[in-house]
Amino acid sequence: MSAISDRVVPSSGHSGWLVWIGAASMSFLAVFALALAVSAARLADTWSAALAQSATIRISAPPAELEGQTEAVLEVLRTTPGIRDARVMTVEEQGQLLSVWLGPDLPLDALPLPRMIEVWETADGPDRQGLRLRLSAEAPGAIYDDHTQWRRPLISAATRLRGLSVLALLLIGGVTGVIIALAASAAMASNAQVIHVLRLVGARDRFIARAFVRRMTRRAALGAAIGTALGMLAVAGLPAFGPEATSGLGFQGLSWLAPLCVPVLIAGVALLAAAATALKVLRGVT
Amino acid sequence: MIELQDVTHDYGGGALFENVTASLDPGSFHFLTGPSGAGKSTFLKLCYGELRPSRGSVAVGGSDLRAMSRDELAAMRGTIGVVHQDCQFLDHLDVRANVGLPLHATARPVADRDIEDLLSWVGLNAQADALPPTLSGGERQRAALARAVITAPRLLLADEPTGNLDWDMSQRLLSLMIELNRMGTTILIATHDMNLIRTAKSQVSSRVLRIAGRRLQSAGADL
Repeated sequence: MSAISDRVVPSSGHSGWLVWIGAASMSFLAVFALALAVSAARLADTWSAALAQSATIRISAPPAELEGQTEAVLEVLRTTPGIRDARVMTVEEQGQLLSVWLGPDLPLDALPLPRMIEVWETADGPDRQGLRLRLSAEAPGAIYDDHTQWRRPLISAATRLRGLSVLALLLIGGVTGVIIALAASAAMASNAQVIHVLRLVGARDRFIARAFVRRMTRRAALGAAIGTALGMLAVAGLPAFGPEATSGLGFQGLSWLAPLCVPVLIAGVALLAAAATALKVLRGVT
Repeated sequence: MIELQDVTHDYGGGALFENVTASLDPGSFHFLTGPSGAGKSTFLKLCYGELRPSRGSVAVGGSDLRAMSRDELAAMRGTIGVVHQDCQFLDHLDVRANVGLPLHATARPVADRDIEDLLSWVGLNAQADALPPTLSGGERQRAALARAVITAPRLLLADEPTGNLDWDMSQRLLSLMIELNRMGTTILIATHDMNLIRTAKSQVSSRVLRIAGRRLQSAGADL
């Protein structure tokens, strides 16, 4: 019985290709949008974790006072609750940081570099306002930087990026629905005689709609599976940038499972769009 | 089984029928005749709901077609058999599938043996796997009749079912319809074949309706 039910609609027609190619293309794009969303979430986490619970103290003072103020700062940090550890950066380490902008042949000895102290906070963190007041009293050249001014815009940018990628996914879903609806409408128009005969022999709208919807959904699912596979291959082939590839676009670990839901979602969109279109078209047939 | 009450049907250029009233009792056998273009096919289409009357009402099995929902109309069509003048097949399906289509479409059990028996009865065993476009006119009409009766319908409407058949095959199909009528099926055959009507009247109690001059008349012994 199901064999005939599957065959009541002839398989030929351009609408089949439209569904297949449309679903494959949209799935391919959806994988990239999903990769962007996953990457944006990962970047937000990475940047947040890297910059949270850490701070930097920069001491700018005349050479004669630099050592004294450094010791004073370290003493303040040792006696401040919420500070887990602190370390004075070496001149070489400062040179490495500056070489990114000023080149490797930087004459560090000739430059009046400020002294930098790396600070690691506990989970609760210190009373930052109080710490700043104590530092200004003990070491007037010390400036406490808890990275807030860097962290906030980075997280905000990552959050917006994730929002945009989710919007892109929604748009892809909507466009897929429109493509399927147009294809279903075209398929039903080109099979008007088939629909007419089915109605004459007593077929209900649900039976006729199911015949079209099943075919549309299968084609969309197949196209989406192929598009997703190609998209995943393309994402996997993207060059990683950054030493640990944490900042690149793509999936990592279990997030590779995320694109596998794309064919299911595309098939779901196809089913709903085709069913709505088929039932609407059938209402105009006696 | 069929009740037409003051039915008028306009075709844009004027009324094809005016104030037609007719009643076909359950189990009755009727012929519908009249000149070409008189509206025999339209009359049948009104009876199974493909056309809606401009005025008046058509009821099948006591149910007014105007009051039926789409699903109810489909369910009604599933209980009747129709032989269309142009046969109305799904050309991409073979004859066997087309004959079984009313059962598939209405989710009723399909017995392959019944289909084969019916194809054998109408002499289409050899064409069971053929596609409709490859059949001759007569073969198409026989296949259409087989499809119309596969559901053992309570009402059979046939539009020129023997138009392309030779006399022997016409007799054979007429016998099938008479047999169905004896089992309780109401039969309405639109035809201009007077020989068929005379032959049928010699075998079964039947009435003849004639459409002429936009009116439906009951034909008498002048046949």
